[in-house]
Amino acid sequence: MTRLAPRDEAELAEAIRAANADDRPLTLTGFGSKTRLGRPATGEELSLAALEGVTLYEPEELVLSARAGTPLAKIEALLEAHDQHLAFEPMDYGPLLGLGSGEGSIGGLVAVGGGGPRRVKAGALRDHLLGFRCVTGRGEIVKSGGRVMKNVTGYDLSKLVAGSYGTLAALTEVTFKALPRPETEQTLLLTGLGEEAGAAALRQASGSPYEPSGLALLPELAAPLLLAVNAAAIRLEGPTISVARRLDDLRALLAERGGAFETLAQAESAALWRALRDAAPVAGQPGQAWRVSVAPSDGYALVAALREAEAPLLAHFYDWAGGLVWLCFEPAPEAHAALLRTAVGRLGGHATLIRASAEVRAAVDVFQPQARALAALTRRVKESFDPAHILERGRLRAEF
Amino acid sequence: MTLLMPAPEPEILSRRDELLARLRAMLPAQSVIADETARRAYDCDAFTMYRALPLVVVLPETVAQVRAIMALAQEMNVKIVPRGAGTSLSGGSMPLEDGILLGMSKFNRILEIDYENRCARVQPGVQNLAISRAVEAEGFYYAPDPSSQIACSIGGNVAENAGGVHCLKYGLTTNNILGLEVVLMGGEIVRLGGKHLDGELYDLMGLMTGSEGLLGVVTEVTVRILRKPPVARGLLLGFASVEAGARCVGAIIARGIIPGGLEMMDRATVDAVERFQPCGYPSDAAALVIVELDGTAAEVDSLVGVVEQIAFASGATTTKVSTSEAERLQFWAGRKNAFPAVSCIGPDYLCMDGTIPRGKLPEVLIGMEALAKKHGLRVANVFHAGDGNLHPLILYDASIDGDIARAEALGVDILRLCVAVGGVLTGEHGVGVEKRDLMGEMFNEVDLAQQMRVKCAFDPAGRLNPGKVFPTLRRCAEMGMMHVVAGAMPFPDLPRF
Repeated sequence: MTRLAPRDEAELAEAIRAANADDRPLTLTGFGSKTRLGRPATGEELSLAALEGVTLYEPEELVLSARAGTPLAKIEALLEAHDQHLAFEPMDYGPLLGLGSGEGSIGGLVAVGGGGPRRVKAGALRDHLLGFRCVTGRGEIVKSGGRVMKNVTGYDLSKLVAGSYGTLAALTEVTFKALPRPETEQTLLLTGLGEEAGAAALRQASGSPYEPSGLALLPELAAPLLLAVNAAAIRLEGPTISVARRLDDLRALLAERGGAFETLAQAESAALWRALRDAAPVAGQPGQAWRVSVAPSDGYALVAALREAEAPLLAHFYDWAGGLVWLCFEPAPEAHAALLRTAVGRLGGHATLIRASAEVRAAVDVFQPQARALAALTRRVKESFDPAHILERGRLRAEF
Repeated sequence: MTLLMPAPEPEILSRRDELLARLRAMLPAQSVIADETARRAYDCDAFTMYRALPLVVVLPETVAQVRAIMALAQEMNVKIVPRGAGTSLSGGSMPLEDGILLGMSKFNRILEIDYENRCARVQPGVQNLAISRAVEAEGFYYAPDPSSQIACSIGGNVAENAGGVHCLKYGLTTNNILGLEVVLMGGEIVRLGGKHLDGELYDLMGLMTGSEGLLGVVTEVTVRILRKPPVARGLLLGFASVEAGARCVGAIIARGIIPGGLEMMDRATVDAVERFQPCGYPSDAAALVIVELDGTAAEVDSLVGVVEQIAFASGATTTKVSTSEAERLQFWAGRKNAFPAVSCIGPDYLCMDGTIPRGKLPEVLIGMEALAKKHGLRVANVFHAGDGNLHPLILYDASIDGDIARAEALGVDILRLCVAVGGVLTGEHGVGVEKRDLMGEMFNEVDLAQQMRVKCAFDPAGRLNPGKVFPTLRRCAEMGMMHVVAGAMPFPDLPRF
């Protein structure tokens, strides 16, 4: 298979126009760290790795722009040197997909979207992307948004490209909000409760005034803690004086729930949330991994329904106060999609197949099927950028 | 009038009787407003410079009725202009003489409050402030708080992606909603998001937010509610120059502090406010900065100290810290009265809404002063300083011949200046009709063509709120065929409407 590697935006536009002219589909890559996500797409590989470099960083303005092929690790290091970060806590899919850590590009990150444990407080990637430049599936160079924090000029196309898996356009440059890193963090562990009670404790903390920035529930023996009991983990971040105080208040709030408290100080806390961000409790298990988004109060109900149906669950854990459920099943040709989607369908939300063989991801709906009107609208939006389905053909749906 | 709207289509006007008959057949009698006097009440929104009498006003009460209206409009090829509370400052819901004005004011119920999931499902006509009022007893609130929050509706907030003084820390509307129910042209319903925290595939909810009523009609919103911080304290800081105030704002953020509110006013605004309703602002300051810090008591106390030090180092001439909730509200009272206060000295004003990189504030202020002098007008400035969102209020007198035109020309020059320094035309008020013809300052023809193609994916016939946002109207079939090469459109001379 040949590989196209345009050196700049103009060459990229030329390559996509040429592909349109002879109906040649293209798949977009940076460093190839996310090629195993979504349905397997067909087409010639087009690498954006040469579009590299931070083009704007003004820490006092809280803004950073970089070309799409810039390694995320490089951007994170630059931000860290200025005590800032991408507050949505981007997940590193490497460990889960059996690849190395820290290998992706900023463009690839935008393409898959999402957000880490801090989603509950700081929002997802979509909330932090201020603007972008791209080459659409038509081969046209288009920009949208800007570099300022507040902007309603024209449609907010940043929301559309975030999580679009490259099916609308090849990003060339992205602009993010860069926020101050919290001075410190600590995690309160509440151990020994049943899963249902643990999830309820997380929701209580979520509705408290103590501003938790991480609310996860690890079943017994789940990595990375490997405790013999369930553990509800609640992260508090901010100025040292404030974190200590809120930790005390939170402990008092949750005391009547029973269970035992433990506190993880800065380094241990950071290590725990990095592992949870990267789905460590399911990453280490061999099996098919799903990511399910439901209302926080439905997370436990989902797992209970799967147990009731005797689903072959190998591992699971909850993030976002129960609103994000990671599941790992024994491998099956249809990845237990029908069983899972029936349960999710009853509750509302969606299930995405994240880790499975290419054959399985080609055969199963990787993304939640949509109602007819929404599916048709989604397709029309796709075609407004890429009428000939040149980019990432088959990545989202078998039909496009 | 410098503003050109699409000419009313005689073909639509000639079928008005048939349209009315069919609307009356599907809606309760009180939901169809046809007589001229009653329609007159809807001839503009809060962008009052331009008015138009709508063909008919409909006020549906159910989603089924909205669907029926949208399906009828599609079938009869009639335009629709959606309207919430009519508080748009950019003419987003300005009516069309050949269009149905679809008022959502009867959708005024809060459907569900779900504290477990920290969200509420509300109908689009519910007032912004009513959501916070409904959940305040339990210690919660809805964060986006546009100045018009006692009047504006949540559906309109979604259409405009409304902001407010708290959005520096808590985000705009788009960051505070979880789900939408939308009726598309033709009457199809789509549900986007829900009570879960993230979407999948294309984020059409994010696209809908801020789309200014051009893509669909929102019939239900799921908003995220936040727990009220236990403590909020205000600081009132006076400075001898706007530059010093701007430096202080920059220094606060550079220190890693994101305050709940960070606002600035210039002397012209402070003078107007004090004349309107005195609230103890220092009379000697050339710039006044209001900082609000919220969180737990320990955190707020420590941050107040840090901000005081920064203010002192930036040359503050006045530093007051609120010692009670009443005093904090007193600090804000003048800011919240700024617009009505300025209209008392105006007597008319035009409110601009550019956003700039914060560091460019001194440069832009100096530039604005020069521009104001050039046009022979005065400008009073109110800023959401923390996020660089400027609201220059251009003072003019509509009774003076040529003053409106001068004010508009100054407004255009100011927005061009904002864009030139890396900013944007509108931070929170929307493009609407007001800034429509300036879109070319920020976007080239290729950028705009892509946005119009997205519009076509929702509304192929171009019947939903036409004449807003885009400086030129094109048929979707034409958009599909058109190929733009290096910024040159095949038909650059097509007439604007």
